[in-house]
Amino acid sequence: MGMAADSEFHVLAVDDSIIDRKLIERLLKTSSYQVTTVDSGSKALEFLGLHEDDRIHQNTPSVSPNNHQWRLQEVEVNLVITDYCMPGMTGYDLLKKIKESSSLKNIPVVIMSSENVPSRISRCLEEGAEEFFLKPVRLSDLSKLRPHLLKTKSKDHCKEQVDEKPAFPSPKQEGKEEQQQSKNNKRKAMEEGVSPERTRPRPNGITSMV
Amino acid sequence: MDLVQLQRQLVNYRTSLYHEGFLDEQFTQLQELQDENNPDFVVEVVSLFFEDSERLLNELSKALEQQIIDFKRMDARVHQLKGSSSSIGAQRVRQLCVIFRNYCEAQNVEGCLKCLQQVKHEYSIVKTKLESMFQLEQQILNAGGSIPV
Repeated sequence: MGMAADSEFHVLAVDDSIIDRKLIERLLKTSSYQVTTVDSGSKALEFLGLHEDDRIHQNTPSVSPNNHQWRLQEVEVNLVITDYCMPGMTGYDLLKKIKESSSLKNIPVVIMSSENVPSRISRCLEEGAEEFFLKPVRLSDLSKLRPHLLKTKSKDHCKEQVDEKPAFPSPKQEGKEEQQQSKNNKRKAMEEGVSPERTRPRPNGITSMV
Repeated sequence: MDLVQLQRQLVNYRTSLYHEGFLDEQFTQLQELQDENNPDFVVEVVSLFFEDSERLLNELSKALEQQIIDFKRMDARVHQLKGSSSSIGAQRVRQLCVIFRNYCEAQNVEGCLKCLQQVKHEYSIVKTKLESMFQLEQQILNAGGSIPV
């Protein structure tokens, strides 16, 4: 089968509970996804590269005031899975912000909640959430993610593959394609393409990393 | 005690924890996520649960000692405890949290105080039991055996 290995998919998990972050990370890794976990909606938006002006931000090392290491690298997120009940920005707020963003709106979002409130569920689905999982989330729930991920992934651009499979198109070539594809949801740190060693996201100042 | 006896003791002990309602199906889910590549997963998650619960229980105690009780904040803490106990399968703790939340909502101080005592009690029991279980598992591993499913 072509490129459908799940380790190509990178999931961003958002939960304020350290126990639940550990759990969702293990569930996702067991399902062969790459995982980044963060503990708040605002950190999630930061990781996704969303700024006030809602434009994809291009950093150069010397100039960027928030010089987190990972901003200099390709960070592609294929799905966001978030807890609903979080202090500050709720999962619903995060969902809204993602769907209102021209750069991020095609990222599938899944909501998790410990409370089975029908009005909450329909609100989230209406706002564009793909799925609503009741906690505690199980492995069997995660099998529902794959169709949403496969829909958004096109076959030309696995940046994470550049290390392992040199046969893939070069970053520079893809850079041109992706300008047209809003659904790639990528942030290109530099114009000139990214060297292979730097394609792995290395979050800095975030709870845990891939 | 020899290896086979240890393993049998572990299985019996684990079974009793389920039968007596200390643990529910979610704990089994945790065990299924553990494998050779992640051999300490259950211990790690449960340890996080212990730390987190102790913090929350302290905060709840302090909240109930205040002149003016912030029920909303208390409810938020109980909600967190309910969530984490649910995530690891600590059934009795979770069930008590449901009752505790009702008392918070009703702003019933007496009810909250009573519930807090009960939650602390159940928490310390399940903590002791899980620690005993982990010790048994470690003994089996030290004796060169594998942990029965």
